[in-house]
Amino acid sequence: MSPPLVSLRGVGKTFANGVTALDNVSLDLRAGGFLSLVGPSGCGKSTVLRLIAGLARPDRGEILWAETRPRIGFVFQDATLLPWANVFDNVRLPLRLAGQGARDSAAAVAEALRLVGLADFAAAYPRELSGGMKMRVSIARALVQRPHLLLMDEPFAALDEIARLRLNDDLLRLKAETGASVVFVTHSVYESAYLSDRIAVMSPRPGAIAAIIDVADDGPRTRDFRRAPAYLDACAAAADALRAHAGKAVA
Amino acid sequence: MSALVARFGPPLAALAALIAVWEAGVRLGGVAPYVLPAPSLVLATLIADWSVLSASLWVTLEITFAALALALVGGVGLALLIDGARWLGRGLLPIAVILQVTPVVAIAPILLVWLSPSSAVLVCAFLVAFFPILSNTAMGLASTDKSLLEMFRLYGAGRWRTLWLLRLPAALPDFLGGLRIGGGLALIGAIVGELAAGAAGQGSGLAFRISEAGYRANVPRMFAALLLISLTGLAMHAATSLVSHLALRRWHDSAVARDA
Repeated sequence: MSPPLVSLRGVGKTFANGVTALDNVSLDLRAGGFLSLVGPSGCGKSTVLRLIAGLARPDRGEILWAETRPRIGFVFQDATLLPWANVFDNVRLPLRLAGQGARDSAAAVAEALRLVGLADFAAAYPRELSGGMKMRVSIARALVQRPHLLLMDEPFAALDEIARLRLNDDLLRLKAETGASVVFVTHSVYESAYLSDRIAVMSPRPGAIAAIIDVADDGPRTRDFRRAPAYLDACAAAADALRAHAGKAVA
Repeated sequence: MSALVARFGPPLAALAALIAVWEAGVRLGGVAPYVLPAPSLVLATLIADWSVLSASLWVTLEITFAALALALVGGVGLALLIDGARWLGRGLLPIAVILQVTPVVAIAPILLVWLSPSSAVLVCAFLVAFFPILSNTAMGLASTDKSLLEMFRLYGAGRWRTLWLLRLPAALPDFLGGLRIGGGLALIGAIVGELAAGAAGQGSGLAFRISEAGYRANVPRMFAALLLISLTGLAMHAATSLVSHLALRRWHDSAVARDA
């Protein structure tokens, strides 16, 4: 088996206010894999993502990359679009910040917009779009540099159920088309079981990996997969792990 | 069309009614023009005295726009400085606050000790226009969305690109609010400063025309000069509002039609 794309080895993070966000987190991401981080609010899921993205540094342990750090695309919880820029310019932003001119990036932007189904909306402004469409723009922006690793921080948490289901399917298609590896943070066991091949369940305070659940390969991820034993088993296992490690929190 | 009538009809009608009542009251009540001139007389005076008044209008406009330009450069410049070098900003901000809270009428006579009357008036107008532009721009720069800042950091944007592509555009609505206030205040500062400085003779603005006409009991001319000041203020407000609207209409809630 090829070495993991990225490995976290005993990673810990303590915030300036003394709160230990993560304690001894070890985690491997296979190249081409889809890993979900599931856990209650405040368990440090987002911190893991920020550490991988390089937005924060671990205080303990290390993060090992297979070779050099791959190109990373990041999708935030909110769409985080520039309200004064149209869809084209928003998606182009990472290329622009990398020093590429508008003409040179036109093809890449068009391709990213096609991938998320917004090819006709290049001239629209964020305020003219629905929440789901804004999130699609945000995903297109993350894809425009053709990243090898896509980090997503509860991207669909604020969307209605229909938009969320659709985006789940689109995300799987995008992943297949681009071949990117994905780390996906969510607090929904159902979403994680549907999307990923591995689920890391996290326990809170300090955040740690409570269980790793492999989702068995049981045919294509379509509507029917939600009735497949592999999906149901993963849901049940993840829910059990969540409950077992919920800690003393009253909920 | 009906939308235009609905929007501009009531204020225009109210204004017309006020003028009509004023005119009728003065005529029917036989009020002397040195107490209250009728609107028609004010208009006639404005036309008859145009050569004197227009020269003064020009002086007032010049001071107002020069003061506003200086306030823009100084206000935005200092806001950027405060933003970039906190310790420097913390040192300079109290001075700006002291200048802001001290009434400009009280500063003007002191300025006259050092400066020519026209320069003193310019400094007065600058002082009142400067602060709202500074504080609004500084506030806009300080309130950039944290997730957007993080996103820029993720994509390796340096400090200047982040400023140019993210923080300045994000501060634009606040800055334009400061410009609207500052534009109005620059005119007020130019008028108040001139009254306080008592600038006279050649190169004097509309405020001097009002006090001069007052000494001569030329009340119609006082009103004519006042009318010009009001119209200048209106034009100023309309111009800054238009700039603001044009800059924000595509994206900012304040400039986007509610039903869109």
